[in-house]
Amino acid sequence: MKASTVISGRFDTKNSQSIETYRKDGGYETWSTVLDEKRDPDSLIDEVKASGLRGRGGAGFSTGMKWSFVPKQTDKPKYLCVNGDESEPGTFKDRQILEFDPHQLLEGVALTCYAVQAHTAYIYLRCEFKLGIATVKAAIKEAYEAGMFGKDIHGSGFDLDVSVTIGAGAYICGEETSLLNSIEGVRPYPRNKPPFPAVEGLFGCPTVINNVETIANIPHIIKNGAEWHTKLGCPEDPGSRLWGISGHVAKPRWVELETGYKLQDLIDGPCGGIRKGHTLKAIIPGGSSSKVLLPDQVARVTMDTPGIRAEGSSLGSAAIIVLDDSVCMVDAVLNLMKFYAHESCGQCTPCREGTPWVVQVLQRIHSGKGRTVDMDLLLDIAHNMEGRTVCALADGACWPLTSIVKKFRHEFEAKIVAAPSATSSKVASA
Amino acid sequence: MFPDELVAELEEIRSCFPVAKAAMVPVLRRVQEDRGWIDPEARDWVAEFLSVTKMEVHEVATFYPMLYTEPVGKHVIHVCRTLSCDVCGARELWAHLEKKLKVERGGTTEDGRFTLKSAECLASCGTAPVMLIDNERHENLSLAEVDKLLEATK
Ligand SMILES: Cc1cc2nc3c(=O)[nH]c(=O)nc-3n(C[C@H](O)[C@H](O)[C@H](O)COP(=O)(O)O)c2cc1C
Ligand code: SF4
Ligand code: FES
Repeated sequence: MKASTVISGRFDTKNSQSIETYRKDGGYETWSTVLDEKRDPDSLIDEVKASGLRGRGGAGFSTGMKWSFVPKQTDKPKYLCVNGDESEPGTFKDRQILEFDPHQLLEGVALTCYAVQAHTAYIYLRCEFKLGIATVKAAIKEAYEAGMFGKDIHGSGFDLDVSVTIGAGAYICGEETSLLNSIEGVRPYPRNKPPFPAVEGLFGCPTVINNVETIANIPHIIKNGAEWHTKLGCPEDPGSRLWGISGHVAKPRWVELETGYKLQDLIDGPCGGIRKGHTLKAIIPGGSSSKVLLPDQVARVTMDTPGIRAEGSSLGSAAIIVLDDSVCMVDAVLNLMKFYAHESCGQCTPCREGTPWVVQVLQRIHSGKGRTVDMDLLLDIAHNMEGRTVCALADGACWPLTSIVKKFRHEFEAKIVAAPSATSSKVASA
Repeated sequence: MFPDELVAELEEIRSCFPVAKAAMVPVLRRVQEDRGWIDPEARDWVAEFLSVTKMEVHEVATFYPMLYTEPVGKHVIHVCRTLSCDVCGARELWAHLEKKLKVERGGTTEDGRFTLKSAECLASCGTAPVMLIDNERHENLSLAEVDKLLEATK
């Protein structure tokens, strides 16, 4: 397990949010050099591609690859949208960047816009981030005043406008095409893909959408080079990430680590183990939309894309939710399914109807009125949602649901056997 | 309908976008900050301000949990109900608040001072349980701290 300070290195600096301390630590030098040397924008895309950086928002797509899909020859304006909706249950990493080192993000915004030749960037933040919004807005003002944004920056002829826009409490707006509709001021239903946003995104124009933490990595990669980045952590999924650990560890926290560490070491070391008097029951490793891991899987899994895939789950937004033996898994999955039912935008029938139906069935089981057929019913409803909807919210609901039903079937069964109605249904079917 | 400074602020928000309509959510939030909720009169004003129909504003305003199309109390409390908070003290927090304020989730106290709303994950899961009072974040809450905060919110 290798601790790292690529992203969080300045968080403890006094006035880390100010442009003054950021520049003292070498900030904006990369941006200035790129402009002064008139670097070929494509060379930045190549650098990021070669770095192996994967998106930190959840899907883990190659960032350089995504940028390369933006058409070079176009009469349309291009846009960058930074995704700071941070609403995946368990996730609290982007907020740290917004609150403690906003200029790192802004330098990344500038470099990304230059690479894809966009002249307008919107940083989309959930409105509950009162402090983060104020901090980023103040930093943007400083960056304009310092001549890092605006017209003809450094006499390079490159123009860049950056502003903050906000969401209003809807998880779905973190889905990239919903985010675009949210910015456009229409009801934020996700869009069908293709067309992909890189070709037809905001206002119908080519648009790059990246997570806050993804963009915060860009200044470091351009400064230190792709090769430096490929050497951090796991070679197939390199880099340094902010991991958020919540739930039943002695010390819930965020921590920056290179990929490729053992999950068990993180729990036992920096998190101080499972809280006193309890033992580990389950971990949801990549935000609530990932498949649950059992203790024996936790003991062997390495935290990188190939490692977590081998255990059938995903890293998602690097949000690790730890549940100990005090938790009833029927209760836990019911809590999560209420989330998805509440957040379904209602556009597709399987998701709109399926998520509340799952809640109803789970409530029935939880209240002791479950039937033996209910576990299969849950899996059947999930089967009819997964892969059949416009966006991945429905899939994100199915993954924790099916994995918990399958891996903790005995807990569901115990509740059902204990239910008086179970006996009567058996009698009826006999 | 609004003071000049507020209109100036709203115009500045509008100027960040190539089309006025894109200022919809930020403008509605700002208007709500001023009026407590988005009443029909405010909705109609925003429609005209952004050159869209009233229905277009309504479609957006009714979608978002943090835009209120019904009146709320003087202060709005949001308590996170999602898993990490749920297993780290949010249940006790909920029970305490419901009893103390004598309201159910979504309700407003008799004196109109507080509206108690449920929120989904507020991105503070490592410092659970979490609540917002008028969008100000409070983390790692003990019941005694909650009492103090309520006391201080006049
Ligand atoms: C329902 C749903 C919610 C999402 N929420 C977020 C979010 O809050 N923040 C985020 O960065 N990505 C979120 N995503 C992923 C985005 O769609 C998109 O993949 C991401 O912002 C791309 O950036 P990246 O490549 O830098 O990760 C969500 C996806 C789905 C399906
Ligand atoms: S899957 Fe659900 S959230 Fe996504 S577009 Fe369909 S209804 Fe909306
Ligand atoms: S679960 Fe409550 S803040 Fe994330």
